[in-house]
Amino acid sequence: MAASSEAQSSAPSVSLWNDPKKRALIYQAIVMIALIIVAAYIINNTAANLEKRGIASGFGFLQSPAGFDVGMSPFLKYDAAKATHGTVLTVGILNTLLVAFTGIVIATVLGFIMGVLRLSSNWLVSKLAYLYVEITRNIPLLLQLLFWYFAVLGTLPSKRDSISIFDLFFLNIEGLFGPLPIPQDGFWMVGMGLIVAIVAVIFIKKWAQKRQDETGQPFPVFWVSLALLIALPLIGAAIAGFPLEFEHPQQNRFGLRGGMIILPEFAALVLGLSLYTAGFIAEIVRAGIQAISRGQTEAAYALGVKPGITMRLIIIPQALRVIVPPLTSQYLNLTKNSSLAVAIGGAEIVAIFAGTSLNQAGQAIEIIAITMAFYLTVSLLISMFMNWYNRKIALVER
Amino acid sequence: MVLKSILTAAAAATAALTIAGAANAGILDDVKKKGHLQCGVNTGLTGFSAPNDKGKWEGFDVDFCRAMSAAIFGDADKVKYTPLTSKERFTALQSGEIDVLARNTTWTFTRDVNLGLEFIGNNYVDGQGFMIRKDLGVKSAKELDGASVCIQTGTTTELNLADFFRSNNMKFKSVVFEKADEIRAAYDAGRCDVYTTDRSGLAAQRSLLKKPDDHVVLPEVVSKEPLGPVVRHGQSEWGDVARWTLFALIVAEELGVTSANVDQMKSSKNPEVLRLLGVEGKMGEQLGVRQDWAYQIVKSVGNYGEIYERHVGVNTPLKLERGLNAQWTKGGLLYAPPFR
Repeated sequence: MAASSEAQSSAPSVSLWNDPKKRALIYQAIVMIALIIVAAYIINNTAANLEKRGIASGFGFLQSPAGFDVGMSPFLKYDAAKATHGTVLTVGILNTLLVAFTGIVIATVLGFIMGVLRLSSNWLVSKLAYLYVEITRNIPLLLQLLFWYFAVLGTLPSKRDSISIFDLFFLNIEGLFGPLPIPQDGFWMVGMGLIVAIVAVIFIKKWAQKRQDETGQPFPVFWVSLALLIALPLIGAAIAGFPLEFEHPQQNRFGLRGGMIILPEFAALVLGLSLYTAGFIAEIVRAGIQAISRGQTEAAYALGVKPGITMRLIIIPQALRVIVPPLTSQYLNLTKNSSLAVAIGGAEIVAIFAGTSLNQAGQAIEIIAITMAFYLTVSLLISMFMNWYNRKIALVER
Repeated sequence: MVLKSILTAAAAATAALTIAGAANAGILDDVKKKGHLQCGVNTGLTGFSAPNDKGKWEGFDVDFCRAMSAAIFGDADKVKYTPLTSKERFTALQSGEIDVLARNTTWTFTRDVNLGLEFIGNNYVDGQGFMIRKDLGVKSAKELDGASVCIQTGTTTELNLADFFRSNNMKFKSVVFEKADEIRAAYDAGRCDVYTTDRSGLAAQRSLLKKPDDHVVLPEVVSKEPLGPVVRHGQSEWGDVARWTLFALIVAEELGVTSANVDQMKSSKNPEVLRLLGVEGKMGEQLGVRQDWAYQIVKSVGNYGEIYERHVGVNTPLKLERGLNAQWTKGGLLYAPPFR
């Protein structure tokens, strides 16, 4: 203590330059100022030159009419007559998010299954999983997308001889058609039933946990929850007199129109992305499970714990700590890879906004900047969520 | 594709930086200095611009680049080609990646005024049409309500399509691709009922389908598509070179100067022929190119009519009549100002 106070009192005698802390501050300040100057120069110069060349700039184009059609818009009613480039941006964002979300769900489920199968003691099963992982991981994604779109979905039957599935669903080269549910009056009863069910499930879970802690009696939470989640909305529907009607696709001169449709471009994109990413996730899951010492399983068996419960309550929670961080980067990869849709006519943000809108409005710098900002935001949000989840499952040291 | 548009956007930004000091140097001088012309062409449209079996670029639009090269260097082969999709083309031109864009591009108000481009004239006057399978029994574009339409992204076609269906109170579903060969594959597989683009493009694509005779181009022409070469805005000198190269091609045909008789024509009695071929006057010098520029163009590339017949005319797989692209004296729209 004495020494340090002595050093402090003698500090003024040290020149600014010789004090490492202050020197570091000065360096940082210089770098910051230089960065700001360079950025300001680039922005200013670009703006000046765009003006000199007569290229319009600014974000006003988002309000100007787009005038073209987008292939797919499941959430918004897209009307080429009224849409602006801003609408195109919204549709692009929603479509990208839909592809990313669907892809992530399928890839995760499939990846976990494949990862576990890869560890199976059954020779055939384990080798099949191995084959799947090696094939999907080692062929370029773009090639896989083209394969699914042109080689697989491109060979579906023509619109006049669609494959009929129970006369409800129809599959042809234009996509998979099915009945579109249209809620009628009183549909809120079903929603009500669902909300009640969800609340009930949360309470039951808490109560079951508490009871098990106190008495050691397990409660079949999963099955009871499932039953509640199905039964309550059904009861609601029954009270309201099943307030749901279906719009079926109709055949016209050019094929089936109306109803619900899954476009082949979308299907190929989701298929390609999720199969490819699932290959990587399978390896991550396998590595995660193998990282848990064999002794954990043996100890659980020695205590008489059943194999299923051992996996679910002992192995997986520990393996997750190893799995989640690399899993996050796979989710990010999948989201960003969705931009490859341009090759197969998909309608996501890069294809319709950074593609068509860019060309029609001609404002490359603004549009690419918006698109990059979007991907950055989505990636950061996914990262944030996964980091939160990672902290939640992390080892709690007591 | 995507990467490319991002790169060109980045290039646009950096080019904007570097040009700052040297904005007035002029493209013509730059081109002369580097010794070749960088020309933006279609990635592959039979008859207009496509590499032949030896990998050499050929076609109606390619020949415009060759004509410019002949005018500047006296050699039609000093051209380097940058194949561009419809979506990439303007960014490439804005950023200075190419010197001239000869890529069946429609002249519109927005493109001319808002994008910093300058259209130097029309080398092909076209209109949008529809192609459909014969067995669907459709006779008119007015019967297309509910059809799915294959289309190329980033084109005026895309906008006309929406307008046409809207004004006829019809619905359509679009299937959008970036490259012409992707569209052709999808159309051939039956993914869409209709293929729409400029009628010249339809003729080119139809010749490449598995069974061209099973498909028919509907009679309606739903738009005006004046196609022509484009340069950057604000480079008038360079624009003049491009513009008068085009006019030289047209006037040569009008005056009957062909690649076969151009040498005899040098001793013609028609003063306009003599001025065109650089025997009299100083037009080449005033334009900033070779004095015998138009002679070189016709000698190595031919006149407009020769180029047309060579690549897209009735004796090619495209089988396109001259139609609106005939000389004004023959009922067409080709009309070049006098060489005086």
